[in-house]
Amino acid sequence: MIRHTVGRLAATVFIAVVLAFFTLPMLWLASAPFDDTPAITTSIPEFTLRNFSAILDNPYALGSIRNSLIQGAGAAALVVVLAALAAYALSRVRVPGRDALLYLLLLLSSVVTGTAAMVPIFELATRLDLIDTHLGVVLVVSGGLLPAAIFILKDFMDDTPTSYEESARVFGATPLQILRHIVVPLVRPGLATIAVWALASVWGGFLFQFILLRDPEKAPGSVILYTLYTEGGAPRLDLISTFSLLYSLPVVAMYLFVSQRYGFRFHGGIKR
Amino acid sequence: MITLHALTKIFPGGVHALDDIHLTIADGEFFALLGPSGCGKTTLLRTIAGLETPSGGTVHIDGRDVTGLPPGDRDVAMVFQDYAIFPHMDVTANIAYPLRIKKVPRAERATKAADVAARLSLTELLHRRPAELSGGQQQRVALARAIACHPTAFLFDEPLSNLDARLRLEARTFLKRLQRELAVTTVFVTHDQAEALALADRIAVMSHGRMVQVATPAEIFHRPATTFVASFIGSTPMNLLPARATATALHVAGATLPLPDGVTPGDHLTYGVRPEYMTLSPAERPDAFPGVITVLENLGTHTLVTLETPGALVQTVVPEGEEPSLGTPAWATPRRALLYRDDTLLTTG
Repeated sequence: MIRHTVGRLAATVFIAVVLAFFTLPMLWLASAPFDDTPAITTSIPEFTLRNFSAILDNPYALGSIRNSLIQGAGAAALVVVLAALAAYALSRVRVPGRDALLYLLLLLSSVVTGTAAMVPIFELATRLDLIDTHLGVVLVVSGGLLPAAIFILKDFMDDTPTSYEESARVFGATPLQILRHIVVPLVRPGLATIAVWALASVWGGFLFQFILLRDPEKAPGSVILYTLYTEGGAPRLDLISTFSLLYSLPVVAMYLFVSQRYGFRFHGGIKR
Repeated sequence: MITLHALTKIFPGGVHALDDIHLTIADGEFFALLGPSGCGKTTLLRTIAGLETPSGGTVHIDGRDVTGLPPGDRDVAMVFQDYAIFPHMDVTANIAYPLRIKKVPRAERATKAADVAARLSLTELLHRRPAELSGGQQQRVALARAIACHPTAFLFDEPLSNLDARLRLEARTFLKRLQRELAVTTVFVTHDQAEALALADRIAVMSHGRMVQVATPAEIFHRPATTFVASFIGSTPMNLLPARATATALHVAGATLPLPDGVTPGDHLTYGVRPEYMTLSPAERPDAFPGVITVLENLGTHTLVTLETPGALVQTVVPEGEEPSLGTPAWATPRRALLYRDDTLLTTG
């Protein structure tokens, strides 16, 4: 009996510590922007909105959120369109060594977006005149996201019965019509998941954006966050916390919207 | 009219799904492709639809060679076994889908869909999603969608097999009446012999990619061309008994029967008689199978009786109220029998 109680107590304490570990940063994010003198610890704020006007005075802050939106939406659109086409083809056409190809791509994708390939990618972007362009960032990050996206979407496509498409074919629908009228609506939850995931990845991504964009006018929020320091090199916690809060709001809003509209799923399947 | 000439389909791996099929289906005919699973009937239907490319031979629909044409250019409509109604569209959009592909204006599509729906008593359901429909309603939506595109031929893949038993009979009658009214050439695939007999004007019985017999339901029932067809057709399976010919008589399951013309001793013979075409008697009869009653199976209006004769089990049916007692001796007299030599029909007697 006592052992049981002690065991329960230990488990509860452990869970509380783990929860605190994850919640405290969130609490800091919620409280520090409204604090007159924010510190690295979480405390009851001395309420003020001064930090918000301060961040709006920063010449790059708002523009960087717009840049993040352009790059994120661009990458999401590119990844969804290309991954949907590739996944559909891979799901419906029997290609020898198809699974090996998919696993290889998945493996390589972590290399392509990794630091290992940074130098050649920078070199490539320079030669193609893609430095300091949104397109450059969109192309590079999309390349890294595509294999996983294809992998997930192929599973959705596999679970869609082929009789839907065959039925449409007999009625004379072209392959693109079948994709538009039948396949895309059926795998819409999968497409929504991929779009959100791609956008969120770009939103939080730093290294490629930092390297490919020299011009602060083009830099996304994640890079601008890195510039919020005093001349002495000390972090300006008031600005960093406020900007972090502003920067996370669009993603949270998008998550809520998509989750409510489609629901998140990482596997296919149709209720029939 | 659908004409198949020397149609052959070999799947990768060397399986002959279709083996030199020759067939002509007349205008307005209700035609059944019947056979056990894996006999090639669905492959044949899909080849007519254009969903499979034949390895050899041609398909003509209304005199036009469609062998190389994609499915959409063949002017046929197919109803799939799972109906394949699009789950993200309501009933109207589903029925109107073929018209949407043909670029019919939206308003006209809705009117036509409503017309077809009314004909199949679907008017109440026009704004429902497929998930909100029963199996029978889904089937009618699939039929309505096929009708809406006014094809020269309907192709049905196991149209009734996804319905429960009671609904299936209702749907069968409905389907037959609908086909009569529309008078559109219809080919359907089924593994259910009762369905084929009930619906079709003509039946092709298939086995291992070949057509074993193509005939009317009555012909198929009364004169099955081979022992395969004989064993496949009929709700109670036909008795197929090994027979032995001597110079003067035919010996089958303990009975000595007159020798038919053209039979010589030493032939590999099978004697076929349907359980329905035998009379059971408690007293000894000439030309009858003698035996002992071993099993009685109640089938409602009649009872299936298994008679253990010397060397074989013979099944026969008796009307309700005339069941013999278990373990008693009995004599079964065949009224209508078939004789097969090397599994091919020889005579009827």
